[in-house]
Amino acid sequence: MAQLSYREAVSAAISQEMRLDDRVVFIGEDVAAAGGVFKTTEGLQAEFGPVRVRDTPIAEQAILGAAMGAAMTGLRPVAEIMFSDFFAVCWDIVVNQIAKTRFMSAGQCSFPLVIRSANGGGARFGAQHSQSVENWAMAVPGLKVVAPSSPADVKGLLAASIRDPDPVLFFEQKSLYGTKGEVPDGECVEPLGKAKVLREGSDVTIVGLAAMVPKALKAAEILQDKHGISATVIDVRSLVPLDTTTIFESVSATGRLVTVEENPRLCGWGAEVSSLVAEELFWDLEGPIVRVTTPHIPLPSADALEDAVLPSVDRIVENVVRLAD
Amino acid sequence: MMEQRAYDLFMQNLVKGTSHLALGQEAVAAGFGEAMRSDDYTFCTYRGHNHTLVRGASMTGILGELMGRECGLLNGKGGSMHLMSVEHGAMGSYAIIGAHMPIAAGAAWSAQYRESGQVAVCFFGDGTTNIGAFHESLNFAAVWSLPVVYVCENNLYMEYTPIGDVTAVKNPGADRASAYGLEPILIDGNDVDLVYATAQAAIAKARDGGGPSLLEVQTYRHGGHSRADPGKYRPDEEVKAWLARDPIPAYRKQLLAAGVSDSTLDTIDQEVSDRVDAAEATARSSSPPPLDIADTDLWADGTSTWRT
Ligand SMILES: Cc1ncc(C[n+]2csc(CCOP(=O)(O)OP(=O)(O)O)c2C)c(N)n1
Ligand SMILES: [Mg+2]
Repeated sequence: MAQLSYREAVSAAISQEMRLDDRVVFIGEDVAAAGGVFKTTEGLQAEFGPVRVRDTPIAEQAILGAAMGAAMTGLRPVAEIMFSDFFAVCWDIVVNQIAKTRFMSAGQCSFPLVIRSANGGGARFGAQHSQSVENWAMAVPGLKVVAPSSPADVKGLLAASIRDPDPVLFFEQKSLYGTKGEVPDGECVEPLGKAKVLREGSDVTIVGLAAMVPKALKAAEILQDKHGISATVIDVRSLVPLDTTTIFESVSATGRLVTVEENPRLCGWGAEVSSLVAEELFWDLEGPIVRVTTPHIPLPSADALEDAVLPSVDRIVENVVRLAD
Repeated sequence: MMEQRAYDLFMQNLVKGTSHLALGQEAVAAGFGEAMRSDDYTFCTYRGHNHTLVRGASMTGILGELMGRECGLLNGKGGSMHLMSVEHGAMGSYAIIGAHMPIAAGAAWSAQYRESGQVAVCFFGDGTTNIGAFHESLNFAAVWSLPVVYVCENNLYMEYTPIGDVTAVKNPGADRASAYGLEPILIDGNDVDLVYATAQAAIAKARDGGGPSLLEVQTYRHGGHSRADPGKYRPDEEVKAWLARDPIPAYRKQLLAAGVSDSTLDTIDQEVSDRVDAAEATARSSSPPPLDIADTDLWADGTSTWRT
């Protein structure tokens, strides 16, 4: 086991896969010579050369179009969109082209590509560089959607995403880049579509994603210590495919579900999880489903304001206590 | 002939939805199709029936797809605007203006990376030169020196608006070339021999590592933009002048002058007409697609499953 940062785990995964498969190539803005604005891909160009690790112009449609064209003709490209907010300028390529073409062509070709992007708030960047947009991606048939919370998952899930035969949007939470954790040595691959139970409890199931996971874990500690409430914490890890089995097993046992989502309120991923539980597990519930989300607003920049609107440990605790009462 | 039949089938309500014909623009598809190697890639638009056909896709598959039948190239899942036949290098017809231009760059990048010697050829209209993806793709292809040939089929109109009314330069393709360090190339797209020669040169240049080209070929669509659009926004004299320059009779005349006999050409015409009849008959008798394919082939494993 090595201690890696979330940031270092990104390049660890890409280099692991590039060593194994020379169809894997990596492109993006400032990613190659400079190593990325978040320094997530430092050293890749030095190891694999400028043909496999290549800088692009500031042209998000060209970057993703190129990834698509390459994927449908035999490569396994990884492309970076610097900030996930920028998906708005190339969303056509993602939604209308990458996501639909396999279906429309009755399976004539596949799109084994990964789009990595720095997602979410906590870095005080203001509304155009901070939104959590994983729910945009989840709403599109034909995209797999992954968002890791730990360095080990960054490495394992990114490696699996690169090997996956379908397009994967891989959301890295930018406020987690500096966090460290144990990452297994040697080849590391985690299957997509499996949620992870990080803490077992009997009173309530808290389901989180990415930066919300460490907050949910902290909240679970406080709930146990201060309120005598025993919480299960599940890291969803992948919104598509969605591991309803793991979530349902836990909710059946605890009878209570709280989702913790960084995305703005309306149509957040937790709404889908809630509706599935309400529809299929209604009689196992002992109380209403509660969603803790960012309010339905763009993210403000000032640290005090940003901290106030992102779901906090305290807000999770309050909501669980209210539900358990 | 196939497209004329597609129009007839549309008028009989056998082709539903919409369809965009390239009647009058055939010399472009014919000239390029002939100049391409069998493993080269074609990327085209919704006005792409001819571009798909010339790569070798089956006519029955094309008409069947337009008619929403099981025998369609895409089993009815794509429709008239999305014809594709990957086994023939026809890498898709795209209906969002400009979107296929970066995708063609990507296929060219892949060919460059794999050192396969393949070239991507990407067709689009005059109206497409005003969208961002056009400019992003040309710059990208130029700086990466990609083996891609961009072909602007200037038929003078976007849907209904004359291109000159909405474009800052006179020649929407050629006048943009210098912005990407490319040579301006403007040719008569109704002269099939000229199209063929120009295509050959641009494709050879791309194959030899000479990078991308942007060609503007001037042509005209005889009919309206789509469906049953009569194209009334166009001046009568303009339509008349271009009808007189129909590339098909013009080429017949040229072949006759070159010594090919009338009867040889009549035989070819008859053969094509028979093929269209046969394709139509097969497509008409093909069933609608089985309903259970509606949720297949979203993912590479053939399913559309999104949860455990
Ligand atoms: C992004 C986008 N905007 C608008 C349209 C609607 N539209 C379909 S065809 C067309 C005209 C395109 O003109 P041109 O590029 O000249 O191609 P042509 O139809 O003449 O072959 C328009 C505006 C579209 N499909 N996609
Ligand atoms: Mg046009």
